[in-house]
Formats: sequence, structure tokens, C-alpha cells
Amino acid sequence: MVGYFTLILVCQLIGELVVGTFGISIPGPVVGMLVLFSLLLMRGKIPKGLSKTADGLLQAMSLLFVPAGAGVMMHFKLLGEALLPLSAALIVSTSMTIIVTALMMRWLNRAGTDE
Amino acid sequence: MNSIQETWVYLNASPLFHLTLTMVAFQAATWLFERGGRNPLLNPVLGAVIVIVLVLFATNTDYATYFEGAQFVHFLLGPATVSLAIPLYRQWDRVRGSAFAIGASLLTGSLVAILTTVGTAWLFGGSETLLASIAPKSATAPVAMAISEDLGGLPSLTAVLVIVSGIFGAMFGPLLLNLIGVKDWGARGLAVGTASHGIGTARALQVNETAGAFSGLAMGLNAIATALLVPILWGLFF
Repeated sequence: MVGYFTLILVCQLIGELVVGTFGISIPGPVVGMLVLFSLLLMRGKIPKGLSKTADGLLQAMSLLFVPAGAGVMMHFKLLGEALLPLSAALIVSTSMTIIVTALMMRWLNRAGTDE
Repeated sequence: MNSIQETWVYLNASPLFHLTLTMVAFQAATWLFERGGRNPLLNPVLGAVIVIVLVLFATNTDYATYFEGAQFVHFLLGPATVSLAIPLYRQWDRVRGSAFAIGASLLTGSLVAILTTVGTAWLFGGSETLLASIAPKSATAPVAMAISEDLGGLPSLTAVLVIVSGIFGAMFGPLLLNLIGVKDWGARGLAVGTASHGIGTARALQVNETAGAFSGLAMGLNAIATALLVPILWGLFF
């Protein structure tokens, strides 16, 4: 388990190094995910210990957003002043994005299988 | 021996207290979520945030002090994001099979996310700083914050907006998807991941592995799409 957690950290570190060196505006961990994914493709299977470690982290993923979420307390004043444009934009945009993406995906998948 | 009050003052300033507060608040919110039949409206992230903010206000603690303890939890977001490679690998055959549909849907979704956000905020009289802060809100937090800063927005406000749209998507996404009758787990995951990045993905993973994998993929791809599209679109309008 410790070994595979180390592997995950190494992938993240490589990601951060790549992003920092080339000045790419993608987060290091996202690049790290691609690094780990490439390693898995090369290996051809997922080592059992890695599955366990990763699943453990992913099951706790909701928890990991809580500290950043509590940052909302710093912005109550600004959020209060612009409550209408911000909440309208969040509600309309998030709903529209989910609906359009899902319908587009369904439509394209159907178009693909009908032929 | 110290009085309990002295010990409390000491503990309240140590990282242990706020780390424990984060865990306990989340456990309580999760308990409520489970008791409520895993109803998405009882989102545990939202529940935990409410409890924590109330405690911090009651104890007159600022966010920086809280974060000294909470940073240990926050740090694991990076490794968890890297770990999304595992569900992606498990679902790779499915993903590869519909690569074109995924790419086209994601690009459309990303455009819709940016245009409807800025358009709605503008209609309701949002200032230019506000528009810049909210434009990248569907991308994962670090990307969104960097874009917001480039456009002259407030990165810390962007972080909050990213999280709120994540929670909103996790809460209402399943409901909206049921309403329009999209049952395919891949399409559902992709939609939630595009709109609601990591928080949507965390939720999708709890429900279905395929949805989780597609959601994680959408989160990564939308980070890239948003970073490319927002500056271009912003240049066209402002």
C-alpha cells in the first residue's frame, strides 16, 4: 500500500514538474493522472495493491473538497452583494451544461450504433 | 495541571482541532446523507461546510487558522486526482469505443458552460470582475483560478464559485438527468464531470464505476478545454 501511494505521489510530482517547466495551464495532478494512466497501458493490468490504494482515496474524494469549500466564509460579503447574478449564472449554466452534454452524448452514441 | 479552558485555547490553535472538526463534520453529514436514503439533495460536502463555517464563526476563528489543520485533508486532492487513472483504465474499452462522441459532447458542454455562465451573469448586471471570476467555473479549481486571474477576476472568489457549482451539479445533476431520461451511465458521468468537475466525479464514483470513470475523464478534458476556450471567447466579447 505504501509502495503504491508512493507511486501515486511520484506521478503527481512528475505532473507538477511538467506543468511548471512548460508553463501549461492544466493542474499538475491532471497530468499526473495521464502519467499513471500511460504506465497502466504499458503494464497491461492494474496491480492489486494499486487498485486498493486508489479506490481508498477515491471513496474519500468528497471529503477532500470540504476544506476548500469552507473558504466560502471569506466571501460572504461579496457573495451577498452579487447574489442574483452569481446564483442565476451558477444555476442556469450548471443545469444547461449537464443537460446539453448528456443529450449530445446520447444522440452521438445512437447515431453511431444505428449505422 | 492546566485548567480545561487553557487546554482548550491551546488545542483550538493546534492543527489537530481543525483537522478533527473537518472529519467529524463530514462524518455527521455523511450519516445524514445515508439516513436520508443517499438523497443527492443531502450532499455531504455542503452539510460539512455548513457545520464547519458555523463552528468557525462561533469560535471566532479565521479561515487561515482553520486551513492549518484542514490542509492535511486538502492535500490528498492531488493524489486522489491522480488515482482517477484507475477507473479510467478499467473503462478504457468503453471510452475508446465512443471517443468521438465523448470529444464532441465535451467540447459542446464546455462551450455551453462558459457562454451561459457569462451570459446569465451579464444579464443580471454582473460587473466585469465578476464575469471574469465566474467564466471558468466548470473547470477544476486550480485551472479556473489561473484563468480568472489572467482575465482580471478574483481567484479566491472563483475557487468558491467552482465549489458551489460542483455541489449544485452533484445535488441536482441526477434529478435533471432523470428528467430528460438519460439512463446511460457513461453519458450521465460525462455530463456531471463536465459541469461539476471533481465534486461531481466524487459523487458519480459513489453511484457507479462507469459514471465515475467518464466523469473523471470529463473533468480532466474540460480543464484543458476551458483553459483554451475561455481566453479566446473573452477576447471576442471584451
